[in-house]
Amino acid sequence: MNKQPLEISINGDCYSLAVEPNRTLLELLREDLDLTGAKEGCGEGVCGGCTVLMDGKPVRSCLTLALEASGTHITTVEGLAQKGELDPLQQSFIEHGAVQCGFCTSGMLMAAKGLALNNPHAGNKEIRNAISGHICRCTGYTKIIEAVEAVVDRSLEKR
Amino acid sequence: MIDDQERNGKKEIMEEFTVIGKRISKVDAVDKATGRALYIQDLKLPGMLYGRILYSKYPHAHIIRVGTEKAKALPGVITVLTGEDIPPVRLGFYKDNPLLKAGKVRSYRDEVAAVAATDPEIAREAISLIDVTYEALPAIFDPEEALKPEAPLVHEEHKTNLLKMPWSLHYGDVEAAKLDAVFNVSERFSTTWVTHCCMGTSGAIADFDHSNNLTVYTNTQIPSLAQKDFQETLKILGVKDKRVRVIKPCIGGGFGSKLDTYAYEHMAILLAWYARRPVKILFEREEEFIATSPRQPTVTYISMGCDKEGRLLYRDMSMVLDNGAYTSWGATTPSVMMMPITSLYRVPNVRYSAKCVYTNNTYSQAMRGYGNPQATFAIESAIDMLAEAAGIDRVEFRRINSNQPGDVTPQGLRITSCGLPECIEAVSKDLEFGRSRENGVGVGLASLIHVGGGARIYKSDGCGTIIKMDDYGKVDVFTGASDMGQGSDTIIAQIVAEELGVQVDDVHVFHQDTDICPWDVGAHASRTTFVAGNSALGAAKKIRLRLLAMASKATGVDEDKLVLRDRAFFVEGKPVLPIAKLLRGSHFTPRGEMMMADNFYDPPNENMGKDFRGNMSATYSFGTHGVRVKVDEATGKVEILDYIAAHDVGRAINPLLLDGQVHGGVLMGVGYALTEQVIMENGRNMNPDFRDYKVLTAMDAIHSKAVVIETIDDQGPFGAKGIGEPGCVPTAPAIANAIYDAIGVRIKDLPITPEKVLAAIKKKNGTVSCGIDAFTQKEQACE
Repeated sequence: MNKQPLEISINGDCYSLAVEPNRTLLELLREDLDLTGAKEGCGEGVCGGCTVLMDGKPVRSCLTLALEASGTHITTVEGLAQKGELDPLQQSFIEHGAVQCGFCTSGMLMAAKGLALNNPHAGNKEIRNAISGHICRCTGYTKIIEAVEAVVDRSLEKR
Repeated sequence: MIDDQERNGKKEIMEEFTVIGKRISKVDAVDKATGRALYIQDLKLPGMLYGRILYSKYPHAHIIRVGTEKAKALPGVITVLTGEDIPPVRLGFYKDNPLLKAGKVRSYRDEVAAVAATDPEIAREAISLIDVTYEALPAIFDPEEALKPEAPLVHEEHKTNLLKMPWSLHYGDVEAAKLDAVFNVSERFSTTWVTHCCMGTSGAIADFDHSNNLTVYTNTQIPSLAQKDFQETLKILGVKDKRVRVIKPCIGGGFGSKLDTYAYEHMAILLAWYARRPVKILFEREEEFIATSPRQPTVTYISMGCDKEGRLLYRDMSMVLDNGAYTSWGATTPSVMMMPITSLYRVPNVRYSAKCVYTNNTYSQAMRGYGNPQATFAIESAIDMLAEAAGIDRVEFRRINSNQPGDVTPQGLRITSCGLPECIEAVSKDLEFGRSRENGVGVGLASLIHVGGGARIYKSDGCGTIIKMDDYGKVDVFTGASDMGQGSDTIIAQIVAEELGVQVDDVHVFHQDTDICPWDVGAHASRTTFVAGNSALGAAKKIRLRLLAMASKATGVDEDKLVLRDRAFFVEGKPVLPIAKLLRGSHFTPRGEMMMADNFYDPPNENMGKDFRGNMSATYSFGTHGVRVKVDEATGKVEILDYIAAHDVGRAINPLLLDGQVHGGVLMGVGYALTEQVIMENGRNMNPDFRDYKVLTAMDAIHSKAVVIETIDDQGPFGAKGIGEPGCVPTAPAIANAIYDAIGVRIKDLPITPEKVLAAIKKKNGTVSCGIDAFTQKEQACE
């Protein structure tokens, strides 16, 4: 298939690439750019493991063609920490025991980050809703919800 | 600091620990939260090929011909293998499962051919180009039907569909006890196929070097036993005396699914062997559902009786288990089911027999609890029914029959530490049993016993540890344990850090590689904290003794006056010598010595004897779950309002991780109770995806409370017992009992779907029809 040009910003770095039209964003990230933090858990948008932020909004990278992301800013789990400082959500996941096998973690974190960016006052129900399309087999979700709540609470205190 | 505390009527000295008992974050959490952690999905070797497997189109058929010409001609295809091309590699402890089938297939999951190609897409296309001609055979899917003489045989050479397994025991005299019993129940319960649903799908990479030494990167819970299985495959290939190295990347969940080695691992080895290049096979989600081994369905007949005071007199159980077409550890789950059957509550006379039956379904595997959830569903449902028959309060009935410390059960299990009475109390107090309630709301409880101190299934239940310390006081721990997300690396780091007076951050635990890590029988039976923990503790004690002797020599202070903590030796509260300084001195000196120790721990438990008597675990874990549900009588939907899970864990080494095991286990148990089911229609998996296989989501997450009962076990590392599996064991019967309490209908078949609840309500109300069957378009009877 003929490759087409793609200009894209990933975790703050600008890329000029040529990709096949059927290449998914997840394949681009994982196979071409070695950003393996986003995971393929189902390949059909149901498990949430491949979630990344596109211009601040969570998207399923397994259902997004790389070319659809043309001109956008993508953030993956590798881009959450800034200058060696963990994102408060990462810190909270670690401290609350929200990570077990870790396979769903990056997708959960990106969904939570999307929520925190777009709805910093989110309550328990909104948090559950934000991660309702993400499957975790280890934690029973309890500690993931607590971890996100703790960060949302903190951002509330600041206001 | 020393603190006296009254516990279980005996006074004991409570030490203050620096890291044991603390809510310490998982040592691998940062890597996993930053995307650094590498799973099999993330690994690529130079020159690596992509393997793919072709599965059968029939549940039972003769293979007439496998045409591979077109696949072989496809550019990019390196190797194509069929059952006729390879030596007879057979899988599973029963060796009834050929790696690639020749002559006959026995299930839709049967592997018929495999390819290796330069690209996953080419491999997929090559698979579609393989022409297989089949001649269909009559098939059998119901294990009870499969036992009838006219049933088609899954393995003709076996002469019968019944596996020749010795699952039968009788302790005491059940028939005599039946005559003595005043109250009796007799019931049939059934459970269905459910599957592990690990978020990381299965995968393996096999790589030979030029001397034919093999490295296998694979998701496994049993690195040392996998090494042995892979060696056997090499032997069949004619490769002798070579090294097999098993490397485990991060594992995206185990839950028992990785207790055996599977076709994809051995297929990767064969493809790599013939292609002379590394080969990776990675399952897609649909393949994960279809080609991994689920927990098997069971049909259980139980009768149980008690005297007029409510004391259990006998328990009589028989079971039929669907083994599927081949044999893996699923066929041995009755050995663990024996534990709750003979020993959950005091019951003097017990009889049990189990039949594992070949069918043309997928083959079964153990899953979190190893048969215990199926057995406990029947036992704890029947306990409620018996209590009602005897007119005794359900909580009181369980108190009367509770196991107690010092008991020896009919199977010969020696109950040492036992917090079951406290667990029952915690649950009954929290849920206020007996309180009057609104319509449609009910409470239920159920208890569990599980192995908490290893389980002697093999001749050894051992685990090795090697510890070495460096010039800076940092500790490397090489353990046989397998961390698959449950947190064993963290628990081991805490145990070692506590013993050596260092911080958890100072300890690096290696578990990933059979070339550097010692032997272990695997991560099963909730044994890792207990067995690997004791192994690590023993090695750390050896190091500690040597450090103390060296420090005493270096400082001239008697060993018993030296306190090792905070990375240094203290005398009368003052630091006198940092560990790092002592170690540098010992290494960097003429005739120096290396600070290294090893320890192999094999717990003092017993193999079961011929009559299945024997103390299989060094100690036992107990727990009670309680739940309050609300049942919508119009829709049959069950809502969980409150959940409490009380567990006797010996000691909570890390309450944060312990909570995680309990919450995760409980939600998995809730799924087992209410929603999860592999819908198997004539051997075909009808719902191989997350839309149709209903794993619970965050919207279904329940408000659950984990109560920790500490009994400080004499044998456990710092008093700890295992907790990996118990969280999902009594969940289903607790919920079934609560539903009965709420609306007076008892569901005896899992999962308890709204359809089943509704049908039971209608039946109770005398309604004959339960609506139109979607498939047949006919009125269907209720049940």
